[in-house]
Amino acid sequence: MKQVKTNMAGNVWKIQVGVGDEVTAGQEVVILESMKMEIPITAEESGVVDELKVEEGSFVNEDDVLLTLK
Amino acid sequence: MSHEALWQEKVEKISRGGNEKYHESNEAKGKMFVRERLNLLLDEGSWAEDGLFANSEKEGLPADGVVTGTGKINGQTVCFMANDSTVKAGSWGAKTVEKIIRIQETADKLEVPIFYLVDSAGARITDQLEMFPNRRGAGKIFHNEVKLSGKIPQVCILFGPSAAGGAYIPAFCDVVIMIDGNASMYLGSPRMAEMVIGEKVSLEEMGGAKMHCSVSGCGDILVSSEKEGIEKAKQYLSYFPSNYKHKTKIGDSKPAPEFEKTLEELIPSNQNAPFEMKDFIDRIADEGSFFEIKALFAKELITGFARINGEAIGIVANQPRQKGGVLFPDSADKAARFITLCDAYHIPLLFLADVPGFMIGTKVEKAGIIRHGAKMISAMAEATVPKISVIVRKAYGAGLYAMAGPAFDPDCCIALPSAQIAVMGPEAAVNAVYANKIAALSPEERPAFIQEKRKEYQENIDIYRLASEMIIDEIVPANKLRAELEQRFELYRTKNQVFTQRKHPVYPV
Repeated sequence: MKQVKTNMAGNVWKIQVGVGDEVTAGQEVVILESMKMEIPITAEESGVVDELKVEEGSFVNEDDVLLTLK
Repeated sequence: MSHEALWQEKVEKISRGGNEKYHESNEAKGKMFVRERLNLLLDEGSWAEDGLFANSEKEGLPADGVVTGTGKINGQTVCFMANDSTVKAGSWGAKTVEKIIRIQETADKLEVPIFYLVDSAGARITDQLEMFPNRRGAGKIFHNEVKLSGKIPQVCILFGPSAAGGAYIPAFCDVVIMIDGNASMYLGSPRMAEMVIGEKVSLEEMGGAKMHCSVSGCGDILVSSEKEGIEKAKQYLSYFPSNYKHKTKIGDSKPAPEFEKTLEELIPSNQNAPFEMKDFIDRIADEGSFFEIKALFAKELITGFARINGEAIGIVANQPRQKGGVLFPDSADKAARFITLCDAYHIPLLFLADVPGFMIGTKVEKAGIIRHGAKMISAMAEATVPKISVIVRKAYGAGLYAMAGPAFDPDCCIALPSAQIAVMGPEAAVNAVYANKIAALSPEERPAFIQEKRKEYQENIDIYRLASEMIIDEIVPANKLRAELEQRFELYRTKNQVFTQRKHPVYPV
């Protein structure tokens, strides 16, 4: 199971993909809001979005899983 | 047989290195023979070798597994040591160690850079009494490296393993170039880790080149082939003088290339939106001159060499595209190390600030962000080379300090018109100052109140106001920045400053 994780703590501002969407490596999938900055999070691997683990507005810590890919 | 013929025969035999089968297995891994590597690194016919006959009376130990000598790279004299992994896997015997120590001593006397071409399995345990604990044992190699640090450039190219104690050769060098797939650094091998602590892990995962260049920070430059690694090492050297007594030669000046999007157009007006700082650097540096250090590690901060009007400089820049350009423990470490490197060899520093501050939260506090941030600030404060600080967009809180803000004696602090200097951004500041008042207001009244206070705050930190207060030295439109930097770096060349008198600081580490 491939995972997309956060690289820093913050709030989930926008989720840019939905379950079943195809994602390519390097694609922006989530934007966090942290330290008053927009922090784009990209997928490191390609795959299809299997499950979203967070909602917009939720707090995530560094290394938390945002979504899984299959 | 004549004397010369006998000599010739011996030299040829030794120069072939170890058993043929080791040459073959190296070739299969994309590894060159040690003498081929040296031929690529050094100017043709420029090198003189020491200790070729070391241990030649013993069978199977040609040159005792290491080639040492002095040669030239693009006309610049350097010393080198290069392990021969076809001889007992490049392991260290007593004479191997003595050869390495001697070439370090030579580099010290000649005051020239030293190159470590490492490809070694570590100590020959069978020879440990002769090479490990004594005064001129392996420990002396590291002792010398520490002593040479900041005196002469020390460059490591890691072609294969550098195991256990041997892993400290790269650790004390100024820069470590690692060949992906072959280079590795580790104190205990995976086999040892399984035996001693019960961990099952692959070599690549635990000590591979990619891991060290992106996670541990022990590696600086990841390359895909030996040839590329050698090229990178030569390129790296071109930014350096031979030793700390000299300055890097000024090269030919090249203008920065023209781009469709100008510097000004590149910077988003929304302070919170990301942009690519490397595009910014490309527009102020001489074309093709940017040479990044630790490109894969702590990417929220960019460090690298470049030339402006032919003069070598070091750049420390926040990268808003990665983690918002926020400073983390690793990025602070990365900056401290790079600043120290530049300062040791008189390479002027350019800071490009677009920083929301140091990261906050439990995770980073536990990781000692304050302690790591202190390293960056002290390295930057101590640097006496010409320092120019450019506030590109925001510089908030201790971020301003870390990026050579006005209190840290930059030769000038320049602000672009897009700059915003403050303890914190308007959103956070209004929340902090008026939290109780905002809470007491009805939900309908809140937005207007917050909007008004933010506007007041913005006016209060207006960049022209800061210039009027002489907090910053100059405001320069983005598209005129390159010309401004050309002029100022040229004018600051005579800077000669001693930071303070003492033995040495108590480093925050």
